[in-house]
Amino acid sequence: MSDLLYSETEDDLRAAVRALLADRAGHQAVLARIETDSPYVPGLWKALAGDMGAAGLLVPEKLGGQGASHREAAVVLEELGRAVTPAPYLTSAVVATETLLALAGESVPAAELLAELASGRTVAVLAVPLPASPYAEPSTAPSVTGVADAGAADLLLVSRADGLYAVPAAEATVEPQTPLDLTRPLAKVTTEAGSGTRLAGPDEAAAAIRSGLLAGAGLLASEQLGLAEWCLEETVRHTRERHQFNRPVGSFQALKHRMAQLWLDVVGARAAARAAADALATGSPDAPLTVAVAQAYCSKVAVRAAEECVQLHGGIGMTWEHPAHLALKRAKSDQLALGSAGRHQDAIAALVDLPAPTAEVIGAR
Amino acid sequence: MTDTHRPTDAERLRALTRKLLTDHPPATTDRTDFLRARFDAGLAWVHYPVGLGGLAAPRALQAVVDTELAAAGAPDNDPRRIGIGLGMAAPTLLAYGSDEVKRRFLRPLWVGEEVWCQLFSEPGAGSDLAALGTRAVRARGGTSRSSEAESGGGWVVDGQKVWTSSAHVARWAILIARTDPDVPKHRGITYFVCDMTDPGVEVRPLRQITGEAEFNEVFLTGVRIPDAHRLGEVGDGWRVAQTTLMNERVSIGGARIPREGGMIGKAAATWRERPELRTHDLHRRLLDLWVDAEVARLTGERLRQQLVAGQPGPEGSAMKLGFARLNQAISGLEVELLGEEGLLYGEWEMRRPDLVDFTGRDAGYRYLRSKGNSIEGGTTEVLLNIVAERVLGLPSEPRNDKDVAWKDLSR
Repeated sequence: MSDLLYSETEDDLRAAVRALLADRAGHQAVLARIETDSPYVPGLWKALAGDMGAAGLLVPEKLGGQGASHREAAVVLEELGRAVTPAPYLTSAVVATETLLALAGESVPAAELLAELASGRTVAVLAVPLPASPYAEPSTAPSVTGVADAGAADLLLVSRADGLYAVPAAEATVEPQTPLDLTRPLAKVTTEAGSGTRLAGPDEAAAAIRSGLLAGAGLLASEQLGLAEWCLEETVRHTRERHQFNRPVGSFQALKHRMAQLWLDVVGARAAARAAADALATGSPDAPLTVAVAQAYCSKVAVRAAEECVQLHGGIGMTWEHPAHLALKRAKSDQLALGSAGRHQDAIAALVDLPAPTAEVIGAR
Repeated sequence: MTDTHRPTDAERLRALTRKLLTDHPPATTDRTDFLRARFDAGLAWVHYPVGLGGLAAPRALQAVVDTELAAAGAPDNDPRRIGIGLGMAAPTLLAYGSDEVKRRFLRPLWVGEEVWCQLFSEPGAGSDLAALGTRAVRARGGTSRSSEAESGGGWVVDGQKVWTSSAHVARWAILIARTDPDVPKHRGITYFVCDMTDPGVEVRPLRQITGEAEFNEVFLTGVRIPDAHRLGEVGDGWRVAQTTLMNERVSIGGARIPREGGMIGKAAATWRERPELRTHDLHRRLLDLWVDAEVARLTGERLRQQLVAGQPGPEGSAMKLGFARLNQAISGLEVELLGEEGLLYGEWEMRRPDLVDFTGRDAGYRYLRSKGNSIEGGTTEVLLNIVAERVLGLPSEPRNDKDVAWKDLSR
């Protein structure tokens, strides 16, 4: 059975990331930047990915990384979710890194790129739409819309009919789109046929991309967990302090029950997210199912937590200056990211043999 | 003295267990005799004191004994049937009983020779347990002071209790009763051990929604209890009851459950075996519940790992709430899935089950019985308040019964 607890090392890592984010990228810092050309807080990526080594957690030491695992990367994502930090961590340090890791045994360029990514000097993103799921073949069209963090990327991993290519951002056209979640910017990416370096053939590429998206979906659950925890804690804090009808509003049973219910959901999300991180870390054959369960559960919990956070904050929850909307926008966008809950449920149906009904002709004439 | 003795403890327990098995071979020893011998060897609950079924060993080492005994095919003491005695009466007796009381009650309780029940809930005091109205007054044992002293200053109890499982087979009961109506409700309660064979005890089956009579109503009329069977101080019964109730909730969530181990397994099996029953709506809802059940399983596993690691978390509070909701949703779906069959019910004849098998019988039974999961052992509403106040630290509900004498409360 998987280890669902946090190790001391993981607790230390969490404390370090939380301190860094509180110091450099608190909600006010994020709010101040989200409508600028780049929402990323200057210097944060270097401190987090490079100085702290967070970008290389999934990369073995012999390939230039920290030789840690998905368990530690999950803890980083919990903290990035709590703070709704704009940082290309999920996209570069998880999805792109995991895609390259799947190729590193065969492909020299992939192995070399991994060292660059692990050091945090290079940000790479897989050029797929944010909702791309591990269960469908990626498009091989020259233009891809909805690519998350493309604007921050130095390198784009592009799927083409003849395989996977690493294309320098300077050789591609990256047109920003206006995203629902301003903290995870989206862009349309267009590359010229033949540009960049070929990393793998089509079959290998497809498997590597699936692996990248699966790890991304599994660890996204931890981002959703961190976000939900923050929403709950902040709502509890607010309702304890806010008085109406001569009582703290948090003393009203109707509100208490909603927060207690949310706590139950968060407890479940923590178990599910930990199980996914551990299954990925240990390479368990159960990983695809555990990831699908975590994603089907945690994406809903995060959205519910953010929606409750807005509602239970009352009017202030609707304002731009309160960070509740950052969490709501991220949670709703995360709900579609890397496979919707419905797609993950379909995967579960196949994995545990609970098939959909076969077609039945209703009202046939 | 130090942790280095711990492995020695485990070895010692293993050796004692093997000696028990050699002296009383399970194949040729009477079940009750074996259990008595196990109790006397201190291997019943190893964390209990020496002479009371234990060896004052670390609680975690019970597994060493249980594993050895299970491997040897030793009889167990059927903890489900005597669960109230083991889980609730015993810890309270241990904490508050006199030496004599502990010696008298713990061995037959553990062996299962004497079944216990719990006389707490009343028709007028369920979730608001401290509002109970069953009265206990000092017995007038005679005309003079000296004869009263001779009778030990006993008590006479009058009142009615409800939802009492096992009352019809119980020899003893733990009972809380009001001994002082003139003080606020939590302060005037006293805790007793009640003899269920007393002529003033009348047990009537309480038939439930399922048709079964799993519980009882218990009528107490002039029931006499010696003062030696009082646990804790007069008026301190609420605090004593907390020991009982804490142990009730601890007992949930200890075991490791396999995937599809609970009620979801039944629904999933029906889905796989009966393609003609499938609809898209049911498919979506089944998958929702399959995910919820798997997450509940993982939550239980995480709680178990926390307990093993010596870091108990508040997750235990989530388990009962989660399972109640889940069982109700799954059993409801199952009735729908079965369609025409779901409209039938096994049998309505009143039965008195010794054990409640929550996943047994048919889907209709499961649907109806699971309605109790959000009521028994604290309603979902009360438990959500507890989570909100004790886990999340939200302010408590304003109360209008705090400084009011019990007799002045409206009922």
